[in-house]
Amino acid sequence: MKMNGARILLECLKLEGVETVFGYPGGTVINLYDELFSFKAIRHILPRHEQAGVHAADGYARATGKVGVAIATSGPGATNTITGIATAYMDSIPLVIITGQVPTALIGNDAFQEVDIIGITRPCTKHNFLVKDVKDLATIVKKAFYIARSGRPGPVLIDLPKDVQIATTEFSYPESVDIRGYKPTVEGHPRQIEKAVSMILASRKPLIYVGGGVVLANGAEELTDLARKLGVPVTTTLMGLGSFPENDPLSVGLLGMHGTYCANMAVTNCDLLVAVGARFDDRVTGKIATFAPHAKIIHVDVDPTSIKKNVRVDLPIVGDVKGVLSRMLKVAAEQSAKVKAFAKDLAPWRGEIEAWRVKHPLGYKSSTSVIKPQLVIQKLRELSDPDAIVATDVGQHQMWTAQFFQFNKPRTLLSSGGLGTMGYGLPAAMGAQAAFPKRQVMVICGDGGFQMNMQEIATLVQNRLPVKIVILNNNFLGMVRQWQELFFDKRYSQTCMELPIDFVKLAEAFGAKGLRATKPAEVESVIKEGFKIPGPVIMEFKIAREEKVLPMVPAGASLNEMVLNA
Amino acid sequence: MLHTITVLVENEFGVLSRVAGLFSGRGFNIDSLSVAPTNEETLSRMTIVTRGDDQILEQITKQLNKLIDVIKVIDFTDGSAIEREMALIKVTAEDVSRAEVLRIVDIFRAKIIDVTPKSYTIEATGAPAKIDAILELLRPLGLKELVRTGPVAIGRGAKGWKG
Ligand SMILES: Cc1cc2nc3c(=O)[nH]c(=O)nc-3n(C[C@H](O)[C@H](O)[C@H](O)COP(=O)(O)OP(=O)(O)OC[C@H]3O[C@@H](n4cnc5c(N)ncnc54)[C@H](O)[C@@H]3O)c2cc1C
Ligand SMILES: Cc1ncc(C[n+]2csc(CCOP(=O)(O)OP(=O)(O)O)c2C)c(N)n1
Ligand SMILES: [Mg+2]
Repeated sequence: MKMNGARILLECLKLEGVETVFGYPGGTVINLYDELFSFKAIRHILPRHEQAGVHAADGYARATGKVGVAIATSGPGATNTITGIATAYMDSIPLVIITGQVPTALIGNDAFQEVDIIGITRPCTKHNFLVKDVKDLATIVKKAFYIARSGRPGPVLIDLPKDVQIATTEFSYPESVDIRGYKPTVEGHPRQIEKAVSMILASRKPLIYVGGGVVLANGAEELTDLARKLGVPVTTTLMGLGSFPENDPLSVGLLGMHGTYCANMAVTNCDLLVAVGARFDDRVTGKIATFAPHAKIIHVDVDPTSIKKNVRVDLPIVGDVKGVLSRMLKVAAEQSAKVKAFAKDLAPWRGEIEAWRVKHPLGYKSSTSVIKPQLVIQKLRELSDPDAIVATDVGQHQMWTAQFFQFNKPRTLLSSGGLGTMGYGLPAAMGAQAAFPKRQVMVICGDGGFQMNMQEIATLVQNRLPVKIVILNNNFLGMVRQWQELFFDKRYSQTCMELPIDFVKLAEAFGAKGLRATKPAEVESVIKEGFKIPGPVIMEFKIAREEKVLPMVPAGASLNEMVLNA
Repeated sequence: MLHTITVLVENEFGVLSRVAGLFSGRGFNIDSLSVAPTNEETLSRMTIVTRGDDQILEQITKQLNKLIDVIKVIDFTDGSAIEREMALIKVTAEDVSRAEVLRIVDIFRAKIIDVTPKSYTIEATGAPAKIDAILELLRPLGLKELVRTGPVAIGRGAKGWKG
């Protein structure tokens, strides 16, 4: 059937299984929006800023595992998406972003609302496409979704000129695409996998280091199974949290800059480190020269560039985590007696780790007069559903959430790790809630980052998305203030927010509800009440203003040189 | 250490900037780069000379391979390729030096492609080291202008890779 480009795009989205898109109209997408007006198969959510639209698509993708879709107009609409795209790129989140573009004949003429978005997004997308002919559109959309979700996932941008949306052609959607320059290695090498199992069975102090790749690959079940069968302790990165239940005795929690004492000691003392879908980020390794100094390293990753980028690797396995782990499980099952004995023999190593945990457990000084942020996080866990989804913003509250919430299921933590984007949390929660209208979705944010995208409360109210917004209000850009306290003699340069905002009234102005706790005794009742209210709610907690995130590995120090209490 | 890398890419608009952007964005060096379509019109072939230790070279090759438009990457370092570069060289040539320039051109089997009473323009082809050598001899005579293509490379032996 003959259709115009705008309609073809929508038909393609439908065939890709897209149910919800986040977008903002404008001159160069007005034809697309006209088609959308009568296209009922797709739900469109209108955020209040294109950045928030992309973060929402990102939150949708992280929570569901599907490709998130965002739309923006050319020029300022397109440039507003950049932070969202870069955020998704750094955390390998599958997105397809569609931007309008000036008509092909005007491209390069400094036309009204023209920017070279292909040039601008080249370094922060997995790939991007300019559609020059409506006949190529369907194939390009097919390729975009395939590239976004396969291999190491990532955002893909399609720039769609206005005249291409108007031009018509016969529509047919290709069943599959073959891109000769793009053939990700998904299956891990069988011999390497067997070798990995032998290396594990030959070790005395093994540690599994789990990253976001396990979440992205939906490999949490296989990972949990393998770790338990082998009796090997597990540490997770910020992005890996939830892929191994933190309430399991084998979990040693977060590692890295704000990791637990026992996790960082375990890394420093292990004799074998099995990295699964993790990329040895500098927040994790600390000083490279002293990272895991006694360990052989096995690294499983679908992206060859992640391997040996920062650290030496003794056994690389390029492949999809899920497949590699199931194969490892099979290999282990073939020698189950040996595996059992091995797991038993690890008791002293597990005991060593347990001793570190007992020596310096995660903790904080409680108070009866002022609200400690860690208490709020613990209460949120206690009073929320086991499958509740938690988005965070970026800062101290993010680290307290990572340390104290206890994540037991994959895709329940949505957090900007790689780019560390303030303003991410609220729109990401919005996207997750759009995907799961019935599940409990909350965002834990700071007073600073909340103000970077707080306009989205309007979107929540309008679309009946009952996100619970938790603000840990220290009236500081707390994370930066902490660095100033520790490394710059408490010279709090531009980190005090000065103006106290009435967040309760702010919620009400948008037609949402607002609650506030100023004393520890009020924490529980505010959370209970907040969760009971059917619509979006702001719960503001006035917290101890100069509380620090600890432990902390100072930048450039070794993992075992943690500041435990300062 | 210098490496000559050959990259086979889709002959599409924007591909050169993806490759160049990768090098600049990740702080990799480009000593020279040459690019042109191959005998298969959908493909272009780039020859890039870069430098770095083994670890950096491994990253460069992997990162290039990761680009969707890159079809194949070969790192020719171990003398497994023949390299040729062309230079166009304008030298001062007056009185006594005219004969000297001609002698040098002859020794290097280069060609004079433009003549004026005050200058010669020379076309020289060869391995990059040969170009360096002729330049070293010509420089004292007065180099007015120099253009080098940067090397192109092809593997030794009977086996060829398409494109
Ligand atoms: C204020 C702040 C403080 C932080 N402090 C810490 C900290 O203390 N500790 C910490 O851990 N992080 C911390 N982070 C986060 C940190 O910056 C990184 O984002 C994080 O450590 C990276 O996690 P990852 O290694 O799991 O990699 P990810 O970014 O999740 O990368 C995933 C890896 O898995 C691979 N992969 C993807 N899909 C698959 C698949 N299907 N199969 C196989 N492999 C796959 C990818 O190629 C990639 O290499 C902090 C961030 C902020 C903003
Ligand atoms: C967009 C952006 N700008 C600046 C920063 C640097 N930064 C990191 S954490 C932080 C402070 C965040 O303050 P707040 O949101 O109040 O959270 P808190 O640390 O107080 O919990 C800042 C400014 C950033 N990560 N993102
Ligand atoms: Mg704050």
